[in-house]
Formats: sequence, structure tokens, C-alpha cells
Amino acid sequence: MVNRLVWQNVLHRPVRTLLSVVAVGVEITLILTVVGLSKGMLEESARRTRGVGAHILIRPSTAQAAMGMSSADLSEKLVGYFASLPEVDKVAGTTVQTQLTASLRTITGVDLESFSRMSGGLKYLSGGPFEQPFDAVVDEVYARQNKLRVGQPLELWNRTFRVTGIVEPGKLSRVFVPIATMQDLMGWKGKLSQIYLQLRRPAETDGVVADLQRRHPGLNIYSVEEFTSLISLNNLDSLKIFIRVVVGLAVVIGFLVVMLSMYTAILERTREIGILKSLGASQLYIVGIVIRETLLLALLGIGLGILLSFGVKAAIERTFPILVVSLDREWWGWAGLIAVGGALLGALYPAARAARQDPIAALAYE
Amino acid sequence: MIEIRDLVKTYRLGRVEVLALRGVSLSIQPGEFVALVGPSGSGKSTLLHVVGGLTPPTAGQVRIDGLDLAAMGDAARTRLRQRTIGFVFQKFNLLPTLTAAENIAMARHIAGHRNYDRAHFDQILGVLGIGDRLGHKPFALSGGEQQRVAIARALANQPKILLADEPTGNLDTENSQAVLEILKDLNRRLGQTTLMITHNPEAADWCAHRTVRMRDGRLVDP
Repeated sequence: MVNRLVWQNVLHRPVRTLLSVVAVGVEITLILTVVGLSKGMLEESARRTRGVGAHILIRPSTAQAAMGMSSADLSEKLVGYFASLPEVDKVAGTTVQTQLTASLRTITGVDLESFSRMSGGLKYLSGGPFEQPFDAVVDEVYARQNKLRVGQPLELWNRTFRVTGIVEPGKLSRVFVPIATMQDLMGWKGKLSQIYLQLRRPAETDGVVADLQRRHPGLNIYSVEEFTSLISLNNLDSLKIFIRVVVGLAVVIGFLVVMLSMYTAILERTREIGILKSLGASQLYIVGIVIRETLLLALLGIGLGILLSFGVKAAIERTFPILVVSLDREWWGWAGLIAVGGALLGALYPAARAARQDPIAALAYE
Repeated sequence: MIEIRDLVKTYRLGRVEVLALRGVSLSIQPGEFVALVGPSGSGKSTLLHVVGGLTPPTAGQVRIDGLDLAAMGDAARTRLRQRTIGFVFQKFNLLPTLTAAENIAMARHIAGHRNYDRAHFDQILGVLGIGDRLGHKPFALSGGEQQRVAIARALANQPKILLADEPTGNLDTENSQAVLEILKDLNRRLGQTTLMITHNPEAADWCAHRTVRMRDGRLVDP
């Protein structure tokens, strides 16, 4: 019976209901999109790292973050050293710079020959490899986002590069330039940012990593499997803080809208509360009605928010192809719980106010 | 039985303390139909609200079947309203979003379906003549029909006491007469104690066993 009353109340004021549901929906969409974008970008980065085909990744000890780097502190001579190890089959060194331009852009300097040997080679959708020092190869996603075609110029470090090839995405980077050019431009002569090793026997990866770590304590040496597992929300403190701030803001939005909505609903239904009290409804009964209505609004909002997040994902990925939004079902639950918590918090004061209504004053309310 | 002794009720209106009841004493026998008449502001509604447990007495005693309302807390008075009291208001006070049947069902639900007896309730519906109007919401019912639904709701849990606050105040003459006849008939058939406020002394004399007059917060002699 209470459910019937709650449902009828919700239908009775469709605009108020719609606004509340949309507010909770936006809260959910905000959470799912921010988390999905963070997760999607990280997963995409991990996927591209795995696409190199290496088993071991070596970074300088100064490299802190799993994501992004803009230094080259490894000696190029290490490539020859690692290539001489009997368990190592192929070696490729790269230089990397992450730039925050119109969007986050990572440019990778590669020696295409050694990189192709390890990764099986870039698959060209149009054009071909570098021919000149100021040539660049971009992946199809980057080309689509920046409307680039083979032969067109690409501005990097205030220099004009020429796009010679567009490749399938999924290997290492979205923008490739000749490693020697990048070393020259960045003042990294003879230096590398990371070195990838492919082993003769992949099953021995963990043992080789342990051995290399013991012999080279000054280097960060990971199996690619371990390194990609580090590229997650849990391991990036700044991203975690950012997500918490966004979630916090979303909760505040939901809390305020639900509180305002339920508060006006309680004011509007003062007389009805008086009627219920005259029938013998207890304070708990009245609180129950308010809470159930809040939960209904929150649940409708969660449903709408999940649907909206798919729309936002499609819009983001269509407008900015380099952005990847990964809508995680686990986060549907978390976002739902967060929204329900915020909504219930917002309903507490209106519910308490309704429960404490003096029945005589409420019945006299016009 | 309702036993009221030296009942005093004050309430605050802003910063002013209003003395609404100034020592009311009244006994009402089980099954008795008592009409309460008097000018506006005489304290009739306040007396009804105190007897109905909507507000506690300030001083004095109100005993219903031996239980003193002055000693009851809010929760106990809430239980009293669920099980022992039925209200009928001048403005009908139906929940606007629910149908007539749902309004009645809500009263049963709040009371926990304790005293509900289907056969008994069908008898009430028969007297009220609203069987074919139960699926409608209040806005689709006439004033007379709304008040009949309100009476059905008030009696859904077989309360021992029916409190009616000017039940014909918003009705035309024809519907007023019909509602008074219903209240009189139901009192005779079901035997619940009825205390009804009315401005109409003729109506009071016609349907009640006894008429009590109030002025300035006190009972006055006829």
C-alpha cells in the first residue's frame, strides 16, 4: 500500500520527479564517465604496451609513474648489452615524451627496423615507414581525431613533420618519429627512455626479470605482464584523488537536488502527512514513505544514468577518437551505491521534518 | 466510554499562549451519539483533537476505556488513533493521489489490518452506497461521495469512537442530510461512540442522542 502511495506521489508531480531523476542520472553519468575514461585510457595504454610483443620492460630508476614519461636516462649502449645476453632474442629501445597539448599526446621515437622485428611490424593502412628525419607515422585513431592523411604536415616540438604512414592502432604509441630525430631535438643523444626485451623462452620471464633485477639494481625492470598490471586506477594516486573529487562533487549534486526535491515535496504534502497521522501513522511510517520515494527516484536516476553514460561514451569516442571510455559493470554498482547514499542523506532532513509534523497544524495547512 | 475531567488545553499562536479549553468535564457512554455545538473559537475542534489523541491535554484527564491520554506519549496516542479512533473531517481529507478504495486500504494498512472484518466492512459500504465509486480518485468524486469515502475510511478498522469535525460543513443541503442519516444509521447499526461537531443545532438535535454546547472553552448549559 505504501509502495502504491509512493508511486502515485512520484507520478503526481512529473516535472519534480523528472528533475530529481535527471539529477541523480547526471550524478551517475559523471561518475561512470570519469572512471570509465580513466580506466579506458589506462587499459588502452596497457594494450598498446602488450602490443609491442616484448616480455620485459626496462626503465630508468628515475621513472616514477607507470603512465607517461618525458625523460631518457638509459644509455643506448644498454641495447647492445641486453642483446648479448643468451636468454634475450630481440631488443628495441625507444624514446618517449608525453605532451599535454589540446589533449594528452605521447610521441615515441623508434628505430622501425628493430621495433618491427620485435612487434611483427606496424600494419600500414596507408602510406609507409619514415623516409626522412622529419617524417612521422601515426595510428588510425590519431589520424581520425586530427583529420590527418598521408603527406600532410604534423607539428611536433615547433617543427613540421610529414605524415608518411597511417597504421593500425594497438602497438606501443599513437605517434611515431625516427628515434635519432627525437634524440637530437630533445638533447637526448645516446639516451633512451625505455628498452623492451623479447626472450627466447617466454616461460622463463619471471626468472630472467629476477636475475636482471639482482644484477642491475639501478634500473627498473618489469615483466610486461607486471608492468601492465601496474597501469590501473589503484596504482595511480593522483588519478585516484581526481576520481574521488569528481565522485564527491557528484554526491554533493545528488544530495542537494534530492534534499531540495524531497523538502518541497514534504512542504507540498503537509496536509497529507496530517491525514496519515490522523489515521495513526507513526513517525517511522512517515519516514518510511519519504525514504521509499527517495529510493525510487534514486533507482530511476541510476537506470537513466547508466543509459546516459553509454550515450556520453559514444559521443566522446566519436568526437575524440583517442579517448577511450571503459564502462565497467562493477562501477555501475559502486556508482549506484554512491548515488543511493547521497540521495538518502539528502532525504534525512525532509523525512525527519515530515515525521515531526504536528498533525493538527498539518491538517489545517492550506 | 469517554471520561473527560477538568480538561485544560493551551497552545501557542506565535508568542501568544491561547487557552482553548478551560476545564471541560464530560462523560460519553459507549454507543452514545453526542453532538457538540457552539460558535467558532469555542474550543469544539480542540476538544475533538484532544479526545482523538492528535494532541495531548495540558491539564486534566481524558480517559478512553480507562486509559488516560494525559499519561500517554506520542507513540501510545498514535496506537490509539490506529485502533480506537476514526476521524471524519469537514474537508474530507482524502489522499488525492489514491483512489477511494486505496484511501480506505491505507487506513487498514496503517492499523496493521488488526480490526478489519470484510463482512463488517461490506455492511458499511452497503449503507454508504459507494460500492461503484471506489475505483475513482477524490477529484472525480462529488463532495457527498468524498465524505462517504472518508466515513468508510474512518470505520475501516472498527474503531470504538468516531470523531466527526463538521462533516457536513462543505456539503449542500441534500448531501448534508444524507451524511447525517448515514452517521445516525451507522451509529445505530455498529454501536460505535460518536462525537460530532456541527454548527447546525437542528441537525444535532435530529441525529444525536444528546447535544453538548460550548462557549469560550467551556461547556455551557443548554
